[in-house]
Amino acid sequence: MDTHITLDHGSGGLKTARLIDTLLLPAFDDPALSKLEDGAVLNGHDRLVFSTDSFVVSPWRFPGGDIGKLSVCGTVNDLCMAGGTPKYLSLSFILEEGFPMDDLKTIVASIADQAREAGVSIVTGDTKVVEAGKGDGIYINTAGIGFLRADLPGKAGMRAGDAVLVSGSVGCHGAAVMMARAGLLSENSPLISDCRPLHQLSAAVLDAAPASIRVLRDPTRGGVATTLNEFTEGTPFSIELEDRRIPVDPPVEAACDMLGLDPLYCACEGRMLIVCAPESADTILEAMRRVPGGENAARVGQVTDDMPGKVLLKTAVGGRRVLAKLSGAQLPRIC
Amino acid sequence: MLYDRAFKAPDHVPELLRKIEAYTEMTGPVTFMEVCGTHTMAIARNGIKSILPDRVTLLSGPGCPVCVTPAGYMDMILSLSQRPGVRVASYGDLLRVPGSIRGDTLLARKARGALVDMVYSPIDALDLAEAHPDQEVVFLGVGFETTAPGTAACVLEAASRDLDNFSVLSLLKKTEPVLRALIGAPDFTVDGFLCPGHVAAVTGSRAFAFLPEEFHLPGVVAGFEAADLLYAILELTRMVASKTPGLSNEYTRLVRPEGNLTALRLMDQVFTDCESDWRGLGLIKHSGYALREKYARWDAFKKFGLKPEENREIPGCRCGQVIRGSLSPGDCPLFGTACSPQDPVGPCMVSGEGACAAAFQYGK
Repeated sequence: MDTHITLDHGSGGLKTARLIDTLLLPAFDDPALSKLEDGAVLNGHDRLVFSTDSFVVSPWRFPGGDIGKLSVCGTVNDLCMAGGTPKYLSLSFILEEGFPMDDLKTIVASIADQAREAGVSIVTGDTKVVEAGKGDGIYINTAGIGFLRADLPGKAGMRAGDAVLVSGSVGCHGAAVMMARAGLLSENSPLISDCRPLHQLSAAVLDAAPASIRVLRDPTRGGVATTLNEFTEGTPFSIELEDRRIPVDPPVEAACDMLGLDPLYCACEGRMLIVCAPESADTILEAMRRVPGGENAARVGQVTDDMPGKVLLKTAVGGRRVLAKLSGAQLPRIC
Repeated sequence: MLYDRAFKAPDHVPELLRKIEAYTEMTGPVTFMEVCGTHTMAIARNGIKSILPDRVTLLSGPGCPVCVTPAGYMDMILSLSQRPGVRVASYGDLLRVPGSIRGDTLLARKARGALVDMVYSPIDALDLAEAHPDQEVVFLGVGFETTAPGTAACVLEAASRDLDNFSVLSLLKKTEPVLRALIGAPDFTVDGFLCPGHVAAVTGSRAFAFLPEEFHLPGVVAGFEAADLLYAILELTRMVASKTPGLSNEYTRLVRPEGNLTALRLMDQVFTDCESDWRGLGLIKHSGYALREKYARWDAFKKFGLKPEENREIPGCRCGQVIRGSLSPGDCPLFGTACSPQDPVGPCMVSGEGACAAAFQYGK
């Protein structure tokens, strides 16, 4: 196989075929995919969940994961948050001419690993190559289909008094990527991305108290603060968080202090926020804590009707402030 | 870093608040000013204003480095970024600051093809210059005494690498002259200063002794966690109550009376005082850092013959008054309506350390 991606790999010709046959098909080993039709015919279900996401993270390899792992987790998690059990993924690459083949192999292996772990099959895909200088090495798009496991009412189902839960410590992914980008992470840094598929955790939550769940959401871009604002926007409710109950790992706290970031605005890629009926909160927390990745699940706040549409934070020292949505990317501060 | 945990913890907060309350019964209403953007943010993030007694007012002074840079200078930087072969390297929060035209920022120029890089350290800018020998890399030196030593070290490093395609645009500013200018202003009503901990780590706490000695104003050099801030406010109220203005250093885990002598030596070697222009305050003598003649080769002002665009202000923007502490962000007619972090008019709403951004982000 070639050592680098060339424009020919995106030509649709022989090189493309070779890339598919030697790298992609063996990695994902799925009968529906191996037919190499334009689309896959799949075993069905009466209610489907459908989602898509694109991945452009730079650097493509970050502590705790890479763009391949992320591209599976991102779409799998979106399906889970919609109450689905993820089943099928599509996978599209946009590669830049000159991208090292070894790096692509690493990414493909990581996609295969994550797909296996998340129980999804990669059943259709595409590869395009753009000229050198017209891309950033590699972009990935995945789309996914899941079978509906539980029909969630969404934010329309929220009530004052509902509990707000988080499945683990927040901000790890955003902080790890920012530190990696700044070249500030050493080989053995304890700061690693929380990137992981949420299929087991969300299944545990949905099975523990199916009728009590209002909203599930993974707080990716914009972090916990921005995601919770999406919950309250346009509703008569506010959410009040308690700073001291929100789990933040010490390395994340230290990185955020150093770069002038706020962990509540840093992306998570393997965490989930839950709004549920208060009487089920403990049952759901216990169910989450039994699943890998849910050990540090915590109740972090509640739905109120104090300040409709807003998210409020009770600070560790007893102060209260508004948590607004993130506007634009967080930029490190001068001093 | 985790050493700060003790200062983040709420253990001593009730007692600190009780004591502040007790002193303010003796002082009546008091107003203190912080002159560091990181203090502004820390106060907002911890919700300090929401737990202080009503009698204590906290004002934000000229402590946000990008906010105090006048629009005319931003226009100058923006047009510099359009020169062929020029690559601008900047700290992150300057990238979104507009010049005199709304929405005209380095980020917007970058999207249209200007060469703009975000760097975490001036040394990264040097490396960029080495990586692009065919381009002129200009590092935007913005900040106070906090970033001046790193910028000085970078100029010396450029000299030792004998780099020709690198220069520094020094917009660095000094804290003491602006405090003097504020105190001398007719609308000055502040009873004491929360002195900037990180500036003092460089200059030494002694650099703020002029506050009580010349102006009978108390000052407390403070750290950045909730307990740091509350303890500093307690000290200020105590000194106001007892009418014994002094300077105390609460941030002893980082600040020594004499400061960081190595940093001070570096700054003195590379920079000389100059008159500097402040948004909202105008020209203040000896309040800026310019490169010494010896390092003129790396001085972007000289290399490119740069001059700020004069008398350009953003129409309707009252950041100047906010920076002086004479207007609270929420009292600006544009606040939260025409001006928000999504669509900022003035720099105080742009910068992560700006008083308006803090007030908007974390609630007034």
